[in-house]
Formats: sequence, C-alpha cells, structure tokens
Amino acid sequence: MTIESQIKEYIAKNLLFSSDGFKYSDEASFLEEGIVDSQGVMELVLFVEENFNIQVNDPEIVPDNFDSVSKLAAYVRRKSGVF
Amino acid sequence: MLVQDFLHNSVDRSPEKVALICDGQRFSYRDIEIAANRLANAFIGGGLQRGDRVVIYLPNSAASVTAIFAALKAGGVFVVINHTTKQDKLIQILKNCRATAIVTHGRDEALIRAILSAAPSVKTVVLTKPISDQLDMRSLENDHPARILIYDEVQKTESDLRPPRVNIDLDLACLIYTSGSTGEPKGVMSDHSNVVFAASSIIEYLQNVEDDIVIDVLPLSFDYGLYQLLMVFKFGGTLVLERSFAYPAAILKRMEEERVTGFPGVPTIFAMLLNMDLSQFDLSHLRYITNTAAALPASHIQQLRQKFPWATIYSMYGLTETKRTLYLPPDQLDRRPDSVGIPIPGTEAWVVDEQGNRLPPGSVGELVVRGRHVMRGYWEDPELTAMRYRPGLIPGERLCYTGDLFRMDEEGFFYFVGRKDDIIKTRGEKVAPKEVENVLYRIPGVVEAAVVGVSDPVLGEAVKAVVVADRSQLTEAQILAFCRAHLEDFMVPQQVEIRDELPKTPSGKIDKKLLK
Repeated sequence: MTIESQIKEYIAKNLLFSSDGFKYSDEASFLEEGIVDSQGVMELVLFVEENFNIQVNDPEIVPDNFDSVSKLAAYVRRKSGVF
Repeated sequence: MLVQDFLHNSVDRSPEKVALICDGQRFSYRDIEIAANRLANAFIGGGLQRGDRVVIYLPNSAASVTAIFAALKAGGVFVVINHTTKQDKLIQILKNCRATAIVTHGRDEALIRAILSAAPSVKTVVLTKPISDQLDMRSLENDHPARILIYDEVQKTESDLRPPRVNIDLDLACLIYTSGSTGEPKGVMSDHSNVVFAASSIIEYLQNVEDDIVIDVLPLSFDYGLYQLLMVFKFGGTLVLERSFAYPAAILKRMEEERVTGFPGVPTIFAMLLNMDLSQFDLSHLRYITNTAAALPASHIQQLRQKFPWATIYSMYGLTETKRTLYLPPDQLDRRPDSVGIPIPGTEAWVVDEQGNRLPPGSVGELVVRGRHVMRGYWEDPELTAMRYRPGLIPGERLCYTGDLFRMDEEGFFYFVGRKDDIIKTRGEKVAPKEVENVLYRIPGVVEAAVVGVSDPVLGEAVKAVVVADRSQLTEAQILAFCRAHLEDFMVPQQVEIRDELPKTPSGKIDKKLLK
C-alpha cells in the first residue's frame, strides 16, 4: 500500500469516521476543508511517527508538511530517506 | 457609534494602512471597506432588510471578515458559526435565527441543498470558493427560490459605495451561539452599544495603540476570537488572522515575521507553547499576552513570564452573555496569581447567595455583573433570558446572573470557584453535557451515556464521557470518532470510559457526582 493510501485510510477511519473512504483529492487542504482539526493534527503526528517509524520535530509540524495527503506523504518520504 | 464605524473611522483615518493579514495576503482598511461595501450591496439587492440575520459559516478568512462588516453595513445582524459545526446543528441554528442570507464555501453541493431545503428563510447564498464543477448552480436555483452568488463575482460587479446608514445603536449587531443547559444552541444577542462598550473597555485596560499588531488564532465564532478583530479595527491596528493554532511552529514564525505585539490565547495554547523550544523564534516584539477561559495554572503563568519576560500577561474571565467580565491588572500577578481580577473598566460585579443577597468577602456565591456590556438576552428565548438577565435596582436596568460561582477577597479581587449548573467550561467555551449525551445515544450499541466535567489544570474542565454499551464490540476509539464527526472540536470528550453500569440515585437518575 502506498504512503498516500495509508494516510487516507487512517484519516478516513480515525478522523472522519467515514465508511466510504477518503473522498477528497490528495491536494485538498486539511484545515481549509475541515478534514482535520487542531487535535487531529496532533494525532496525525503520532500516526506517522508510529506507522512510518520516523521522529517528527516540533518545527516540522507546519502546513507545508502536514496540510494535505500529498504534502504529508512527501514529508514522510523525505524523513524515511534520511533515517 | 455603530460597530461598522470601527472600520469606517479607521478607513477615514488611514485608508492605506494594513488592516488584515490572512492567507499570505495583506489587506488595507480601504480594501476591506470596498469589499464589504460590495457584499453589503449584494445583500441589499437580494432583499436583506434591517435586522435580518446573516450567517457566516467559514473558517477564519478575509471573506469572513468582509462578511461581518458587510452584514452590518447592510443593516443586518451577523452570526458567525464555527466552521467545525456539523450539518445538523448548522441547520438547527439557521432555523433558530431564521437567517435570510448565508456566506459559505461552495465545495459541498449536498450541504447547500440541505440548507436550502431545511431553512427556507435563506434567500441569498454567497459562495466564497470557485465552485466545484459538479455544483450545478442553475439547477440549484431552479429547485429553490434563492439567489446563489459567487463572492468573487460580487466583488467585480457590485457598487463599492457605502450603503446608507439604517441602524441606531440599540439595534442588534450580532448573535453569538453558545450552549444552553438543555443542549439546544442559544443565540446571545448583542446590540451595537454593547459591542462598542465592551470593545472600548477592553482596549482601555490593554492600552492598545495603532501600532499594535495582534495575532488571532481563535475562531471568529468564539467571542474572544471575534473581539480581536473588532478591537483591532476600532483602534486602527493590524490583525494577523490564522485558521487555528494547529501548527504552532508556523504561527510562531508568523509572529516573528509580522512583529506581533499582542497574543490572545487560551490555556491549551499556552500549554503547547511551554512544551516547545522557543529559542529559534524572535518574539521580542510581543507587548502583551492575554488568557481567558479557565484561569491559567499559577505554574504556567510563572513559566510564561520566564519565557517572555518583556511581555505583560493578562489573566481574564468572561462569558458570552457579558463578553469580558473581569481582568487581573498585571501588577497583581505576583500577589494573586489565582485571581481573575476585578471588573473591566466602567462595570461592576459582586457575588450573591441563592436569595440574591450580596455576600461579604470570602463567601462563595453567584457572580452578578452590571454594566453596558450586559447583553440583550437570548434570541427568542424569553424564559432563559429571564433566568440569566434579571432586573437591577434602577427601573429598566438588567443585571447578568452568570451561573458561575466566585468568591471575592477583602480588596475586591475575584476567584473562580465553579459552575452552578452542570455546564462544563472547557477551553473557555461552554459545553452542555446534554448535547454531548444526545450524540452518544445515537451511536449504535450505546445503552446509557453520561457526560461530566472533570477538573483539568489546563482546560479548566475536561469533558468526560461514561458509556454503557450492549454486547456489541464498541471501542473507545469508535465512540470518539463518532463524536468527532458530530460535534464541534471543543465538545469532543477528552476521556471516554466504557462501564458495565452507571451509578444511580435512589430516584433512578444517573448520579453524576460519582462519575467525576
């Protein structure tokens, strides 16, 4: 399963409580579209740390890394490449 | 003075000054004035009458700021609804206030259809986003007798002239929805004079000046977030408006870049800040920090002062029904870190017993508030209004009975003790246990549910849900997920506990005292 699909599956199941998956585009802004709220961002941080075995530092929790499926996937790829 | 005069006076004084920084864009007072005039003219063209309600259902954005002033300029009453409010409750509020116009995004055609079917009072819909291809505007307009307008089109076609003034300051300016103990949303009515008074009083003690640059990470649906905008426009400063505090590092970076001088927050925000390494940000421009909601734990005040020794810290208390009520003059922080202070300038407050007798210092009683910031009551709810707003000594005068228990010390400083009813105060917002319980009962498998507030050093109170499930394999995570899908962020329980049964009183009611 791609990183993108894992992220979408997690959000659909745990943040949207949706039974028919993640219906937004990979570029949709989480905050603007109301997909993820402030608390949800912290949960996403925990999810990527555990699921992809990476360490997220505070200064990296920014919209450029976390505010859409594609941004988050790109961030995870960058981080896993480093470690 | 009317609330829109905050904008009018500032645009007359310094039209080119940056009023708003939002989404990477900078808007001068003139930009906002023109955009708001155009939208106001569109409302008027759509038939908006003096006193009509305009609902704004958007995340914090330049469009929401414009819509607030446009509604006022058109003679209407603005109602900002939290962007995380779910469809059912949104419709409930639209029906309750019989909104004639709504400003929202256009990405969800089903939502627009649901609004138009369920709330036929809505005659004008303004959509802020370029519509998705699927949204068939013509078929929408054919199915419903409403005008659907696109925000960007309105900005191109409508007149930018300021509409003629139709209100006086006794007319309503806004409704702010809050939770009542029955779980139904209640709209607190503010007239123009209430807002003008409250904003002026707060500006007075914060000593705001035109050079102040205030960052607002709180939703405009929350009076604390809304008043940042209103106050900044009144004193002619600059507002940096953010969607939320979800990305703290990004906010701190923005504060550095924009040389922010004023930072209003709530305890959860400060708790996050205190856990971060702030050394990489230059926040030396910060002049003041304000906190309201639950009182900040004394230890957090101490740490904040260590991190920002150059900034003044204001501990405050308020409720939507009177806007801000108390503030602690900063020179008292060392002497009384637990106090939320004294009445705001031009107002008074005291505590009473159950019979309404004034209590001496040291006794615990209900806080009563007197002043021009005492709002006009609850929209179309005379019963609840009569309970919360009662006559004062002078004929025609109204006092606000807050429902909050306080004690006062010998020198007149107030200390929050708790709530009289079972309303939970978390993050400065009120949560009616009933409203959360109603959602819990909709989860398949839930047999019994009770929601209580448990004391929390940061939130004031945390929302705790205790649930009895039938044999279905209901998990805490599922319960939380359902709550998230049906409740605003701040109402979602922080704790969920599944039990085999709930404690009962002899009369068979759930005994909530034993759940805390």
